[in-house]
Amino acid sequence: MVEMAGMAGMAGMARKAYLGVDVGSVSTNLVVLDERGDVLESLYLRTRGDPIAVIQEGMRTLAQAASGLEMAGVGTTGSGRRLAGVILGADCVKNEITAHAVASARVVPDVRTVIEIGGQDSKIIILRDGAVLDFAMNTVCAAGTGSFLDQQAGRLGVPIERFGELALMSTTPVRIAGRCAVFAESDMIHKQQMGHRIEDIVAGLCEALVRNYLNNVGKGKDIRPPVVFQGGVAANAGMRAAFEKALATPIAVPEHYNVMGAIGAALLAAEQVDRRGGGASRFRGFQALDMDYAASSFECKGCPNLCEVVNIKMGHEVIARWGSRCGKWDSF
Amino acid sequence: MKVTFAHMGNLYITVRALLEDLGAEVVVPPMPSKRTLSIGSRHSPEFACLPLKVNIGNYIEAMELGADTIAMAGGVGPCRFGLYGEVQKEILTALGYKFEMIIVEPPQGRLRHVLQQVGRLVGRNPVGRYVRAARLAWAKMTAVDELERLAQAARPFEGHRGAATAALASALELVDDAGSPARVKRALEEGREVLRAAREPGGGNSDPPRIGIVGEVYVVLEPFVNCEVERRLGEMGVLVERSIYIGDWVREHLLKDVLRLRKGRRPYELAKPYLCHFVGGHGVETVGSTVEYARQRFDGVIQLAPFTCMPEIVAQDVLPAVSRDLGIPVMTLVFDEHSSDAGVITRLEAFVDMVERSRRRRASRG
Repeated sequence: MVEMAGMAGMAGMARKAYLGVDVGSVSTNLVVLDERGDVLESLYLRTRGDPIAVIQEGMRTLAQAASGLEMAGVGTTGSGRRLAGVILGADCVKNEITAHAVASARVVPDVRTVIEIGGQDSKIIILRDGAVLDFAMNTVCAAGTGSFLDQQAGRLGVPIERFGELALMSTTPVRIAGRCAVFAESDMIHKQQMGHRIEDIVAGLCEALVRNYLNNVGKGKDIRPPVVFQGGVAANAGMRAAFEKALATPIAVPEHYNVMGAIGAALLAAEQVDRRGGGASRFRGFQALDMDYAASSFECKGCPNLCEVVNIKMGHEVIARWGSRCGKWDSF
Repeated sequence: MKVTFAHMGNLYITVRALLEDLGAEVVVPPMPSKRTLSIGSRHSPEFACLPLKVNIGNYIEAMELGADTIAMAGGVGPCRFGLYGEVQKEILTALGYKFEMIIVEPPQGRLRHVLQQVGRLVGRNPVGRYVRAARLAWAKMTAVDELERLAQAARPFEGHRGAATAALASALELVDDAGSPARVKRALEEGREVLRAAREPGGGNSDPPRIGIVGEVYVVLEPFVNCEVERRLGEMGVLVERSIYIGDWVREHLLKDVLRLRKGRRPYELAKPYLCHFVGGHGVETVGSTVEYARQRFDGVIQLAPFTCMPEIVAQDVLPAVSRDLGIPVMTLVFDEHSSDAGVITRLEAFVDMVERSRRRRASRG
């Protein structure tokens, strides 16, 4: 009877949930977590250069699934985190390193190395006892990231989804020059013309990109197992196998490997709300997303820096402005 | 004759005071901007490091304002900077500019050459006038260093975002305008007051994380090229210290050998277990200062370097060992004309998060 009363009490109160949004250069990911941090909903969408539209699209899809849930906290991350934060009314806007580390440590609590490869960037995060100890992001080169693999798959006529399994069929991977994405491509063309089998070339490419990653992003880092591989490229079994070979250790790919940034953002939002002692989320609500949002920019001529200042409008109201070096446009 | 020189942070305040007091007409180049950098990059070799490119931009912008004489520091050792004066002279001559370039080499024990070169810039002066000018310049340099330190100390506690930076700018202007050591003293007192006022009593975290900035002198001191790391960290609530202030740099490079000052030797001693050779530039200081910050229980160290800087590359390869042995997080940021604020901000935020989360864990463990 007591339990029944409890249930009845619950029915009147919506279940609490947390929304995480990761706006990256290639994909925009949204997740809804329950109070225990388990994934209730997840969406993986292409950003297609229009982050506002894709956030609106994603939120419309989630609105139905999330009915009956109360958004207790909203977090954003990724290169579009500020934009997403303003549009959604986020409680927490965090960089993608922190977000990925937090998500990884939740899924694999004893993780000591996170390899994250996304659409245009790659990172390595070293953790000890669940805390970030060291990290790095790619700086000068995007070889090995999703965009490059996409492009090479297209050129070889292999659907990107089959790229990994094809690599696994290789018996003798060829050696591809992996220092530079452009030279890797010309080397692959050369190997094709020499008559090497396509699976050996694809496997060789994976090995070259892993070498490139370990020499650039992973340089000087204390890589220890357990190693977790996440980000869109973790779907590629060939890349995973090449990492396992190079590091001589098994590599774990979490179930929600391609939305880990969004999961981290949601977890960080929950943490933030908790730290400020509860209270309502700043979330604008699902309906607000149907408003007309527009981003525009102008060049400030106040000094020779000629900063490009970005205006974000909701309807006719300017809700955010950024981009000036001196900060004079930041308040409005 | 209108004399100009390259920018490096707030060094212009000291150099202008020195040259003007000695009777030279000075054209201070416009503060470095995107325009400066794009002019400089267009006319510089791609693989030269950032200082050369921004210097070239400074000179061209100053010549547009009528400058016809360039004063440049020389240098010795493996760092390419020592050659830049000559390279810049060739580049600007090839572009058709008419100017005189006066390169002041480090004294290496002999002051005569320095005085000769300075004499070429300002004409003949009685000894007393040199002494007077040097005292004014020294007073300004010391004041600038102190104000910069006060701004770093104020930022985590500022009343509103940017208050400390604005206060620093107005205080520096007072120092720049002061015409005598006594006035510099008064300007400094006023500056201290302005910077104190920028702090909000009880504002910010009472025990903010501390981060030390080390690396190559030019990118450490010039906020335009380092995407303003110092200000950004301060506004994220971090207490920032630099391993180099202009006063130290002048003591180290212009006066140490002449006056036999030994103050700058400490980083060399501290670096010894990791790097015991002079590698040019500030490579050894970068390593030694990191050890120093670790001993002072700083929460992290950020190394700044121009792209392709050999001394800093050597230091960067050594730093992981320092970081592991002494348990201090270290991050390297490399700058060139392609650096974007967004990339730097993401890394700074991640570094500060890392530092703060580990402090929170330590605190909760007791």
